[in-house]
Amino acid sequence: MTDLTALTISQARKKLRAKEITSTELTSAYLEAANAANGSLNAYVAMTDDLALEQAKTSDAKLAQGEGGDLEGIPLGIKDLFATKGVHTQACSHILDGFEPRYESTVTRNLFDDGAVMIGKLNMDEFAMGSSNETSYYGAVTNPWRGGDGTKLVPGGSSGGSASAVAAHICAGATATDTGGSIRQPAAFTGTVGIKPTYGRCSRWGTVAFASSLDQAGPITRDVRDAAIMLKSMAAPDAKDTTCADLPVPDYEASIGKSVKGMKIGIPKEYRLEGMPEEIEQLWQKGIAMLKDAGAEIVDISLPHTKYALPAYYIVAPAEASSNLARYDGVKYGLRVDGNSIDEMYENTRAAGFGEEVKRRIMIGTYVLSAGFYDAYYIRAQKVRTLIKQDFETAFAQGVDTILTPATPSAAFAIGDKEMASDPVKMYLNDVFTVTVNMAGLPGISVPAGLSDAGLPLGLQLIGRPFEEGTLFQAASVIEKAAGTFTPEKWW
Amino acid sequence: MTELVDVRTPNPKNFFPGEDHDWELVIGLEVHAQVTSNAKLFSGASTAFGSEQNSNVSLVDAAMPGMLPVINEECVRQAVKTGLGMSAVINKRSVFDRKNYFYPDLPQGYQISQLYHPIVGEGTITVQVGPDKAGKFETVEIGVERLHLEQDAGKSMHDQHPTMSFVDLNRSGVALMEIVSKPDIRSIDEAKAYVTKLRSILRYLGTCDGNMDQGSMRADVNVSVRKPGGDFGTRCEIKNVNSIRFMGQAIEYEAKRQIDILEEGGSIDQETRLFDPVKVETRSMRSKEEAHDYRYFPDPDLLPLEFDDAYIEEIRASLPELPDQKRARFMEEGLSEYDASILVSDKSYADYFEKVAEGRDSKTTANWVINDLLGALNKAGKDLDNSPISPHQLGGIIDLIKADTISGKIAKDLFEIVWNEGGDPAKIVEDRGMAQVTDTGAIEAAIDEIIAANPDKVAEVREKPKMIGWFVGQVMAATGGKANPKAVNELLQKKING
Repeated sequence: MTDLTALTISQARKKLRAKEITSTELTSAYLEAANAANGSLNAYVAMTDDLALEQAKTSDAKLAQGEGGDLEGIPLGIKDLFATKGVHTQACSHILDGFEPRYESTVTRNLFDDGAVMIGKLNMDEFAMGSSNETSYYGAVTNPWRGGDGTKLVPGGSSGGSASAVAAHICAGATATDTGGSIRQPAAFTGTVGIKPTYGRCSRWGTVAFASSLDQAGPITRDVRDAAIMLKSMAAPDAKDTTCADLPVPDYEASIGKSVKGMKIGIPKEYRLEGMPEEIEQLWQKGIAMLKDAGAEIVDISLPHTKYALPAYYIVAPAEASSNLARYDGVKYGLRVDGNSIDEMYENTRAAGFGEEVKRRIMIGTYVLSAGFYDAYYIRAQKVRTLIKQDFETAFAQGVDTILTPATPSAAFAIGDKEMASDPVKMYLNDVFTVTVNMAGLPGISVPAGLSDAGLPLGLQLIGRPFEEGTLFQAASVIEKAAGTFTPEKWW
Repeated sequence: MTELVDVRTPNPKNFFPGEDHDWELVIGLEVHAQVTSNAKLFSGASTAFGSEQNSNVSLVDAAMPGMLPVINEECVRQAVKTGLGMSAVINKRSVFDRKNYFYPDLPQGYQISQLYHPIVGEGTITVQVGPDKAGKFETVEIGVERLHLEQDAGKSMHDQHPTMSFVDLNRSGVALMEIVSKPDIRSIDEAKAYVTKLRSILRYLGTCDGNMDQGSMRADVNVSVRKPGGDFGTRCEIKNVNSIRFMGQAIEYEAKRQIDILEEGGSIDQETRLFDPVKVETRSMRSKEEAHDYRYFPDPDLLPLEFDDAYIEEIRASLPELPDQKRARFMEEGLSEYDASILVSDKSYADYFEKVAEGRDSKTTANWVINDLLGALNKAGKDLDNSPISPHQLGGIIDLIKADTISGKIAKDLFEIVWNEGGDPAKIVEDRGMAQVTDTGAIEAAIDEIIAANPDKVAEVREKPKMIGWFVGQVMAATGGKANPKAVNELLQKKING
């Protein structure tokens, strides 16, 4: 039975359709593996065994008739940020204690409409704020990849549960979200593939908001093909989200394996950071060589405002978050800690309900929007955002099809890393290569390209033109083909 | 935000008397008008008034996690329509901002409003202040600074439970238009006339029902005082005044309060105040220092509102006749300024009048509507929508006068009968024998009899022609008031004076 969890989505789909296996068998295998692994990995915050088996049964009936959607019978893990009807939806925050929505997010609705099975809700940084999955109210997630000495490592964040579960084969694929790198960084840390599509590609309806102008849902999967399959299913126009693009969703799978001959790959010099580990630079060169070997044309480009992206991001995202999280006030749902007045109740509830990192960002966001500071911070950050966007537009106007960069400035680090814990800015630097993409609203994919000296996975990032995710799948599959895929040795 | 400009010439008629010198009021109004639409500004929930508590609440209105606002295009259309009705600039691009503050009846923790780029810019409302004793109106132009769309909040109820407050979210998310005047208003009468006119425009347009008693329209009143024509003083804002009468009382109280402070050598603190309609006074709510920092910023969940000229022109073409146009037309059709102004002041008056005036004399109709009908309604404390006399019935009465079937005097009696009992005026006249006697034979007989009985009076009339009135009265009495007065007069003249 255990080898069923070794199947990728595309492999399992083939076997399901050929009636070699049933969704009930597949789902049971994943439920068993997930329940067994969770004590070690803490990837799930809620298992939905009964629901999963019920969905699997429905899928099996359809599959038996030769019917079913693109993901019929495929067991997925769902990030706790997505509202799932009647199921634990708490953004891994204490303040949403006991919250079970009466509605289904558009993304999960789309997946279920295509036949997907949900085996549980995945751990994440509280309200998706974090780069290590250590800010979750439900505790840190462990990366299935370990340090040489057995050190427990973070899976990255905020979609750490998603990345860990996919890498550990305790779901076939997972939903994730990315506001500054929350899909791509954990994917890079766990040897998985993660794509943050263009802003507006997936509906945000029913996804707990962190920073509305930056948040995008996307999948984390074991390989590029699976990411293409999942994104196709997750994305769709949605009248309930005004910022969701009213564009048809192409068949992304068709891009996989297509030649990149003649494709222009931009290499931005600003992504070569001072103090960046040599192995990251080597990985980048390796990626360049892989694409070159496949016939792509490599061009040097400049994205001059890159260095301002991170500081500007840490103004825009907290500003929006400070407002988005105002609704968690103890009045309507979730946690309430009583007080002698309404103001005291607010204070007690929010003091107890939010963790340190969330509080820090609410404070930053409140500050930068305050009278007298708004122009100096928020307005300036928005101007920087425009300049970053223009940088990319200029590069694309010069004929560049996709931009290749490292996904992260390092491999996964230890849980409880003292340096990261003592200096939030150090933690924020994890997003240095990924935030630019959110600020510009572009699609970005992280694909494993090799292992570090310590034997940990490292990822490369490809950035594309708006709504041209297909190009990313195309180029990423070339890197994947050359680099191979990476699976951690089971220890949990 | 905008430079305050004084566009008015001080008019002594508006001055408030003071100890050493007169004072001039400066008033600016922010009117919140609920947009007439079936659904809320950003959700599909109903806006029906008087529904059971928390029954018109969508997931968006309750600010459930992950919910997103979607603009209701009907509300946008209504705002543009209102802007056009105020001859205002329509901004083809406007942006929704979040106004952040905590309150239990504000589920999102922010109100979606438009601070930086409102949908409607500067406009003008022409107001007729008066009439004065001579029946004359003063025409005053009040500038409109802007109109923006925003969400209403829910309602907190503090009197339902010994230790808890309850929240009703039925109003949460209902679309409001905030219409901000320039500080161009200089008297209580002008303020009342402005709100009355604005309400009338909104009702003509059908963009707000203007029912202040249901909270569909309410005003924040900014009041300051100064030496006539001097620099603008420090203002106080009186929040949420929900009737025109209260607004007048609030301004009067506030003006006197400020004048007292200034005359005692004090200074005015800029603050937000509440009007207490029971005690008829304003009370401090919060000072400038306690004012919220709303941390406005563009709502990232919503795209800017953008539309083209064609959209605006299409709405412009659909505008109904507005009060000023109607007033001008009524005057062209022969009504006095007074009559025309009264009739257009309320859309229901004008509608009623026009129904009755169809095919009838305007002036006569106006007299009946204004003097008799509105007078009677006012006395009975009723509004026109609940009038016991329909336009058809009133038209019937006027027709009977026109046809000389009844006299004007009998018509007043007939009006009372119809008011009290209803029914078809013509039938009532016939059934009750109220028709006037036009049969000259019958009148002549009556006259002859009276002349014969009163030779001395005949002599007096010949001396003093005015005395003929005595004979008219006698003839009318003899005919039970039904004789045609014109015929009586003519016959009397002929018989007495030859």
